[in-house]
Amino acid sequence: MAGTISTLTHVAGHSRRRSIEDPRWLRWLLIGGALSFVALFLIMPLAVVFTEALRKGWSAYLAAFQEPDARAAIKLTLLVAVIAVPLNMVFGLAAAWAITKFDFRGKTVLTSLIDLPFAVSPVIAGLVYVLLFGAQGWWGPWLMEHDIKIIFAVPGIVLATVFVTFPFVARELIPLMQSQGKNEELAALTLGASGWQTFRRVTLPNIKWGLFYGVILCNARAMGEFGAVSVVSGHVRGLTNTVPLHVEILYNEYNIQASFAVASLLTVLALLTLVLKAFVEWRHQKSVQKADAVETRQFASK
Amino acid sequence: MSIEARNIRKHFGDFTALAGVDLKVESGRLTALLGPSGSGKTTLLRIIAGLEFPDVTDDPNSGRVFFHGKDVSDLPTGRRSVGFVFQHYALFKHMTVFDNVAFGMTVRRRSERPARADIAERVRELLSLMQLDGLERRLPDQLSGGQRQRVALARALAVQPKVLLLDEPFGALDAQVRKDLRRWLRGLHEKLHVTTVFVTHDQEEALELADEVVVMNNARIEQVGDPQEVYDVPASPFVIEFLGNVNRLESGTGKLHVAGKDTLYVRPHDVDIRRDYDGENALPARVLHVFSAGNYGRVTLRRLDTGETFEAEVPRDRLSELKLADGEEVLVVFRHVRLFPKGKFYETDIG
Repeated sequence: MAGTISTLTHVAGHSRRRSIEDPRWLRWLLIGGALSFVALFLIMPLAVVFTEALRKGWSAYLAAFQEPDARAAIKLTLLVAVIAVPLNMVFGLAAAWAITKFDFRGKTVLTSLIDLPFAVSPVIAGLVYVLLFGAQGWWGPWLMEHDIKIIFAVPGIVLATVFVTFPFVARELIPLMQSQGKNEELAALTLGASGWQTFRRVTLPNIKWGLFYGVILCNARAMGEFGAVSVVSGHVRGLTNTVPLHVEILYNEYNIQASFAVASLLTVLALLTLVLKAFVEWRHQKSVQKADAVETRQFASK
Repeated sequence: MSIEARNIRKHFGDFTALAGVDLKVESGRLTALLGPSGSGKTTLLRIIAGLEFPDVTDDPNSGRVFFHGKDVSDLPTGRRSVGFVFQHYALFKHMTVFDNVAFGMTVRRRSERPARADIAERVRELLSLMQLDGLERRLPDQLSGGQRQRVALARALAVQPKVLLLDEPFGALDAQVRKDLRRWLRGLHEKLHVTTVFVTHDQEEALELADEVVVMNNARIEQVGDPQEVYDVPASPFVIEFLGNVNRLESGTGKLHVAGKDTLYVRPHDVDIRRDYDGENALPARVLHVFSAGNYGRVTLRRLDTGETFEAEVPRDRLSELKLADGEEVLVVFRHVRLFPKGKFYETDIG
């Protein structure tokens, strides 16, 4: 459709076009400005990560991952993501479902609470957990008595990550489910479907791409989170270091090449996320366009 | 299966959707809930369906819904044996027409679920009843409005409901499709005889289609009756204004004068225009505009005593006999008027 419109304006003639367009120098200034900004702040850092990582050649690059501490960090990051992402998927779905399909008191409060982790600095989020579960914290003594370690251990890292990544799925789903309304669900119920059947056969297929999109964003953040995790982790090498923390440690030890090598892993994850995101958006667009095309056809046939 | 709703009240916050409504629908009939938007008709339909619940009161006989004498108020919608057609159809977007229609049968418990072949057979049957043959593989997006409407109907009928409820069934369609579908739905009802209630704000639709019309206004039922009855013997000023064209005038002299100033309603086809008349009920009026199309002509007139304008519908041959000219003074006789002094109905024939 956009294509049709641009060809039409093209045909409409040059005289009119010139009068409604900005002067050439302004266009070039704006485009050039935007492009150099992107180059400076996005492309260059990306290039730096990979050139630094490969400065000493492939063998050194791969060696950075052979190190036991690096392996432990990667394992921990994967473990955290494997726990945090499904948890937040379920939480996010439940929250979005509750907010969009039911009316209850305190709904607006819940909606704004979901955004809290975005509004709070991750470092504060980490500190809150230290104050709650740390040795000097509220529940610290009780936890010590029962020999449960949360802060400076894996559970703390998982908790902090869950907190920070909580909004992604819910925020993706709420507007989507709001726009879809609840009539399809009600229709399923009148036809005798149970709540679970309604969810699985009607709701889920309608939100699957939004859910997938929320999950990949959530995953990217879960693997890349630094601030909150840094506060609760205690930086015990080989035990409580995630990949981002490991990158920092290597860098502070002037092991620049290894640091960038490990960092390149996170960069690849980011790029992969972008590709998946683009794919999801493309799929979504396609389904919307298909619907549009059908409608146009119906209008045309009338 | 008959439907009865007893003393249904429903509030949404400060808004009163239903202020104690009683409704009875006889088995096998086609009933219209007719009213302007905000009159509570859709809420009543949804309460019957179990998609909405009436306000809880202390009185155990209040706010209950009965199907065939059995209290279904506490049954969830899926177990009330109702087929509900939503205003915008609410078809499952991601499912084919076939899967949409089969849905109600496939979600049954395994012990009650028909065999796959039987489901397919039943779906085909319904689709051909709905004149949708050959569209099984289409998605809802690939259908026209009228086709979607019929898929929604097929889907609702697939679970063999005892009661069929339709929310503004023709609201989202254009005029021609509306008319066709209306006739077709009437035919379908004659074939199936399922107790059917539909909601509409279109009086023509209600009068043409329904066996019985329930006129609603302001969270209350104004009148219940067959279409002829509500049109001919309206119970309140609201009903007469809502159903069909009507002139609303101050009552005047002579026989039209009933206990002080009051409002008088006269249908345009009950207005007679004359050149000479010596009865006391004649009103002097001025012709403002004459327009004729089809068998009837429309004449716009202004009363000389009060200055109110009103319309008359005059047969074409009478009109050519009269040869009215714009601006001409004539005498007008109201053959049949309705007055509602102090809210009570009063009817009179003149001339």
